[in-house]
Amino acid sequence: MAYDMKMDKHKMVVVEGSYAVAHAVKTCRPNVISAYPITPQTHIVEDLSQFMADGEIPNCEYINVESEFSALSALVGSSAVGARSYSATTSQGLELMHEVLFNVAGMRMPIVMTVANRAVSAPINIWNDQQDSISQRDTGWIQLYAENTQEISDMTAQAFKISEDKDIMMPCMTCMDGFILSHVYEPLVLLEQDITDEFLPPFRPDRILDPRNPMTFGAFADPNFYTEFRYQQEQAMQNALKKIEDVASEFYDMYGRHFGGLIDEYRTEDADIIIMAMGSIIGTIKDVIDRLREKNVRIGLLKVRAFRPFPAQAIMNVVRDAKVVVVLDKNISLGMNAGALFIETKSVLYNTDIHVPVIGYMIGQGGRDIPMSTIEKIIADAEEVMRSGIRTESQFTDLKEELI
Amino acid sequence: MKSISLLAPGHRGCAGCCDAMAAKFTLMGAGEDCIVVSPTGCLEVMTTPYPETSWDVPWIHSLFENASAVASGIEAALKALGKQGPKIIAMGGDGATMDIGLQALSGAFERGHNFTYVCIDNEAYMNTGVQRSAGTPYGASTTTSPAGKVSLGNPRLKKNMPAIMVAHGSPYVATTSLAYPKDMIAKVKKATEIEGPTYIHCHAPCTTGWGFDTSKTVEVARMAVQTGLWPLYEVEDGKVTKVRKIGNNKRPVDEYLKMQRRFKHLFTMEGGAEEIAKIQAIADKNIEEFGL
Repeated sequence: MAYDMKMDKHKMVVVEGSYAVAHAVKTCRPNVISAYPITPQTHIVEDLSQFMADGEIPNCEYINVESEFSALSALVGSSAVGARSYSATTSQGLELMHEVLFNVAGMRMPIVMTVANRAVSAPINIWNDQQDSISQRDTGWIQLYAENTQEISDMTAQAFKISEDKDIMMPCMTCMDGFILSHVYEPLVLLEQDITDEFLPPFRPDRILDPRNPMTFGAFADPNFYTEFRYQQEQAMQNALKKIEDVASEFYDMYGRHFGGLIDEYRTEDADIIIMAMGSIIGTIKDVIDRLREKNVRIGLLKVRAFRPFPAQAIMNVVRDAKVVVVLDKNISLGMNAGALFIETKSVLYNTDIHVPVIGYMIGQGGRDIPMSTIEKIIADAEEVMRSGIRTESQFTDLKEELI
Repeated sequence: MKSISLLAPGHRGCAGCCDAMAAKFTLMGAGEDCIVVSPTGCLEVMTTPYPETSWDVPWIHSLFENASAVASGIEAALKALGKQGPKIIAMGGDGATMDIGLQALSGAFERGHNFTYVCIDNEAYMNTGVQRSAGTPYGASTTTSPAGKVSLGNPRLKKNMPAIMVAHGSPYVATTSLAYPKDMIAKVKKATEIEGPTYIHCHAPCTTGWGFDTSKTVEVARMAVQTGLWPLYEVEDGKVTKVRKIGNNKRPVDEYLKMQRRFKHLFTMEGGAEEIAKIQAIADKNIEEFGL
């Protein structure tokens, strides 16, 4: 299905990405917000705090916790009594939450959390890459990555709707590149309260902590039971594959905007070269593609929007007829010399009838700029692969040899 | 007070288990209109082996170190949803309270959430096999502070947890003992009725970890109080308002120590007598400080 974006210019305002997220959260009518400040997430929680101070979020409590560990732990409690629960964090804060992330998913709590993606220490670095959320890949959270500030705003409402679905009941991270999206001012349409109220019904979980009907949450499961809990989490993730697409379509019907479901495509028809990536780098890649298409280079973009659940089938459908796939990763799996999206894309193509070469580039670590020239250089490599096969399967990009 | 226990029998606790008694007394004080949060530990494991549960009240376990944060989220959510009414109780062991969960507990008390925290202090990590915690008393032999050729057991004093909670500005902090159930039930009831974060620290002898007969839990608990090693008191708005006097029932600490395997080395090893004297000094200091 083709989506015709109808951006209503009269509704557009120029705001910071973080404000757009905070506003989106507000329109989703959260009951409990619990967060700990960390750069570059701070503007989101500051804007939410101001909304609270101005009485603009009814039926909501904001908890100023003493750590990210408690930020998410408090939401375990709030979600268990039926409160729509939200947090935001990044980098070290997200890594500190690691144990709680598993717990939230295992207890099937549909908490939504914005991650303003940032590099992880050491060396300490506050700038953008996606190592933080990628490192939480196996915790059982749905992970969606946004391309621009409009998308992260829209994604916030979609995330609650996906997570709170009875067939899913899994938490969701909405990921926005730190600074690049969190601190940029761009024109966009803020989520409207009336449409959002219609799009996102109140959170009414089937099971809550209630003295009138006492239930036990978080019992321990021995080897006779544990496997089935894990299996059901995986089933929920598989259900989310369809739900993410459906919710994106519903969102389009009501708001008129669509930035993809599990994935999005740009000029992939007849493309020999497919570039895959996640997050704000998508905009740069589109510009490069437009430039190269003018020179008759048959190149297209596969934007991965959902990293968990991993959209294996959607990716296969797009890359099936390509001659080379290029994957850009703002993360590294140390000891594998490769990024996660590259590794996983290769893995889903194995054991299939698709035999396209896949090459990977680790790029933009710790906020290093990614100019169009770097993307063009990578595409030149890809053209060489089409001619003479893979020479280097996965590599760092723009390494400064003089510093090593 | 409900006559039927809100903690059902048939749980997996040891015979003479202190946790089961402490949980039962807590629920007797709190009543059925409550929500209980437990961190990881003996109490959690023995009462909730899926698909069974011993809890006749809503109960949640998340992780080892976050019970107070979970409780604060419950409290905030009930407020936001307009469902105020149920009392919120976090109930965990000394490790979950005094060591790994201290930060979350401190944060929740500083923020002033309306809940009651009950520390069931059996003075070591019993669920993992009797390792030393910040609650382990001076001289006790545990699996990670064992007596040996050059060791007379735990070299550190027990962390003064009630004082830490008083320092948070809590409106009500009280110590309790399993040997005085009426006292404990009354203190829990009072704590849950006071607005704000309140704290109960329950001394809870563990038959397995301390090494005494399963019939002696209450006797050991009583002896701790009668020696002055575990003073029973209440602190309201920072001031000691009530103390349980020992009076003529005062006993020397060696009577308490020799009831337990964890202190056996103090009676057999060279230097043990000096250590017992130091423990007597701890009791004497308590007696003087609280006017026991």
